[in-house]
Amino acid sequence: MTRNALPVWAEIVLLPLANIVLAFLAVGVIVVMIGVNPFEALKLLVLGALGSKESIGYTLYYATNFTFTGLAVAVAFHAGLFNIGGEGQAYIGGLGCGLAVLALDSILPGWLLIPIAIVAAALFGAAWAAVPAWLQAWRGSHIVITTIMFNFVASALMVYLLVNVLIAPRSMTPQSRGFGVAGQLPSMPGSALNLSIVLAALCCVGVWVFLWRTPTGYALRTMGHNPDAALYAGTDLKRMTMLAMCLSGALAGFVGVNELLGVHHRIVLDFSAGYGFAGIAVALMGRNHPAGIALAALLFGALQQGGAELAFDIPGMTREMVVVIQGLIILFSGALVQLPRPWLQAVFARGR
Amino acid sequence: MQPLTRTSPALELCAVDKSFGAVHAVRAVSLRIAKSAITGIVGENGAGKSTLMSIVYGLFQADGGDILIDGKEVRIASPCDAIAHGIGMVHQHFMLVETFTVLENLVLGAEGGPLLAKGLAAARAELARLARDYGLAIDPDALVADLSVGEQQRVEILKVLFRGARILILDEPSAVLTPQETDQLFRILRALTAEGVAVVLITHKLREVMAATDTVYVMRQGELVAERRTADTNPEELAELMVGRKVLLSLDKEAPQRGQVRLRAEGLSLTDGQGVAVLDGINLELRAGEIVGIAGVSGNGQSELLQVLAGIRKPTGGRLTVCGRVLDVDRPVDPAEMRALGVAHVPEDRRRQGMVGAFRASETAILGYQAEPPFSRNHLLDLPAAFSHCADLMARFDVRPRAPGLPSAHFSGGNQQKLILAREMARKPKVLLVGQPTRGVDIGAIEFIHRQLVQARDEGCAVLVISAELDEILALADRILVMFEGRIAGEVEAGRAHERSLGLLMAGATLS
Repeated sequence: MTRNALPVWAEIVLLPLANIVLAFLAVGVIVVMIGVNPFEALKLLVLGALGSKESIGYTLYYATNFTFTGLAVAVAFHAGLFNIGGEGQAYIGGLGCGLAVLALDSILPGWLLIPIAIVAAALFGAAWAAVPAWLQAWRGSHIVITTIMFNFVASALMVYLLVNVLIAPRSMTPQSRGFGVAGQLPSMPGSALNLSIVLAALCCVGVWVFLWRTPTGYALRTMGHNPDAALYAGTDLKRMTMLAMCLSGALAGFVGVNELLGVHHRIVLDFSAGYGFAGIAVALMGRNHPAGIALAALLFGALQQGGAELAFDIPGMTREMVVVIQGLIILFSGALVQLPRPWLQAVFARGR
Repeated sequence: MQPLTRTSPALELCAVDKSFGAVHAVRAVSLRIAKSAITGIVGENGAGKSTLMSIVYGLFQADGGDILIDGKEVRIASPCDAIAHGIGMVHQHFMLVETFTVLENLVLGAEGGPLLAKGLAAARAELARLARDYGLAIDPDALVADLSVGEQQRVEILKVLFRGARILILDEPSAVLTPQETDQLFRILRALTAEGVAVVLITHKLREVMAATDTVYVMRQGELVAERRTADTNPEELAELMVGRKVLLSLDKEAPQRGQVRLRAEGLSLTDGQGVAVLDGINLELRAGEIVGIAGVSGNGQSELLQVLAGIRKPTGGRLTVCGRVLDVDRPVDPAEMRALGVAHVPEDRRRQGMVGAFRASETAILGYQAEPPFSRNHLLDLPAAFSHCADLMARFDVRPRAPGLPSAHFSGGNQQKLILAREMARKPKVLLVGQPTRGVDIGAIEFIHRQLVQARDEGCAVLVISAELDEILALADRILVMFEGRIAGEVEAGRAHERSLGLLMAGATLS
């Protein structure tokens, strides 16, 4: 235990770095196999993500989504709950903020409408997480199973609503009418980066303060580490489960703010695709700490943006290939996060 | 060191050494375990006795030194090697499959072929022989779940003998037994020695060492500090050798100054999910200024009683009056409310309930009080206040190391317990519930913890102690209640209690 502990800086910096290096090595092998020069591909990836003002903007825009879902996973994780439902919560959160805008964009000014839409996103995301949380707390249905199933329910519900209810008059595509100007967040010209990134930064700080500087956050973490100790300390485990999941769902719901208020300016299908699941990897890589999650989200954002450029520039690199690369990085920094630990420990043990 | 025994030893260790990183757990230990004798190894927690025996049983590899069996040097790389060399170990926690019969448990891991019938028949014959030779009678077709704890332990011993063990190591074997069952265990061990088996008894109970062993080794901080013939020593000397200084084994305390009733249970009952009455009409009264001890064999409802009194589990019947407030099934209570009423609770299982291992000691020091001032102000935690509070508790209760920033799991059991006790006593509670106050705690710390509990009593606190250690109950309590199968089987004034009569109550007999 103590004899095998890594120094804190190695734990926070070196271990994730080793994971990324391993992932890139594995990616390099695959890239060579499809006949592409890996160094060329790496160069394009980096340039694609960070090469211009616009590409940096896109990287940050993707990072905003990953921050929201990463924080969502982390808050639940600290409570000992594995929220796999970020995908659906983000989707329904978007529905909430979209409905708020559709209902009010002709009567309210932007400075009033936007906060209302943000709150609506949080409430809808929280509500979508509250049902599995209730089932877990009072009925003992495992939250991993129920949150996954709720992703499918959310998906089906959105298709139904967009095809039958919310579809714009005389439109052939299943999407709502466009938002009025009052329901649009200011964004950077030439890229999708918008004011939601400020909300993401505020969420990082807020989550940190809540988890480590409030009695409720303390009780939440106690439950996550040791439910018996939390019970002993007088925490109502059922209510704490509800609270943790609702916060988690609200954070995931903010993806809808970034996507709909910031970019699409209407309710569309599948805008949350992939972000909810990637949030698990982001949280794992960021060690469930807001600062780590922000950094991991930046990396994932860069991969998303650089990967898109890569698919565009190299004919052999299809969009699917880029997804494979991202998957490998998620695999190494998520599921295999402990893989390099023994080697690092050996290095540190020898250095002593 | 000159060996006292002259017969050729069954097991000999020469300068065995083992380190875990910076911790030197076993330092050049040499000892001899004689055939046909019971050898005791005593020492505080962390003295290295379990590590030493784990090396013998092949769970750890020694860094240096030799192991000799019957005078021949051997290498033990795994428990399989150990078994092959005739070494058997009975662990503190039984490793039995409860839904299997005695016979099925016996052949587990030694089935002797792809079809069970042959192995079972051979085992049945062997079991009959063992029963005859050692007086270890047991029904081979009984389900293990239906056996008493003492009988289950006998199955464990049979399992080891079945694999041909000639050296039998028992790790704290009496932890779950009544005094009568313990005596019976020692009779069995004595019978085994008559057949030439070498028995090693690892324990921290000095009374048992005195009663059962022929030779005793004392370990302290990884070193073997003494070897004594049991007949030539006494508990006081052994305790002093274990701790390294004089220890008061008895506790000086005045007669209790009883005040008003602080806690009263009337017909308190708890039925579990399977419909079993875990608590069955408990009546008890706890007054200010007295220590009431609850004795009993583990698993007779003591844990549940403590949890109900602390508000963690809701009773299914009966009434509880705490400091004048009446609580019952219709008006249940939660732990936070109990705390507000002035009830403090030191839980039985400190690692599982009393703290979070990954949290700093300063965070453990506010567990349960985190939402109260001075630790919480304007809904924000005041971490410096928690830190200085923890430092203060550590100084008052002599918690070592004095490091509020260290993760709680890095403290030894005794120091964790002192920290939790300090936390619970800090608010001068009206009622103090203590479960297993000194389980896994060093002798030196036991003395300290007992003195603190008596001092709380003298300051007018009503103290309820639940302990599996009869010695502890006898030392601390002013009144003793014995629990059996969820009921209070009897009550004894401390002055008139002795182990025999308590043991009978613990086994379910009623006092005439």
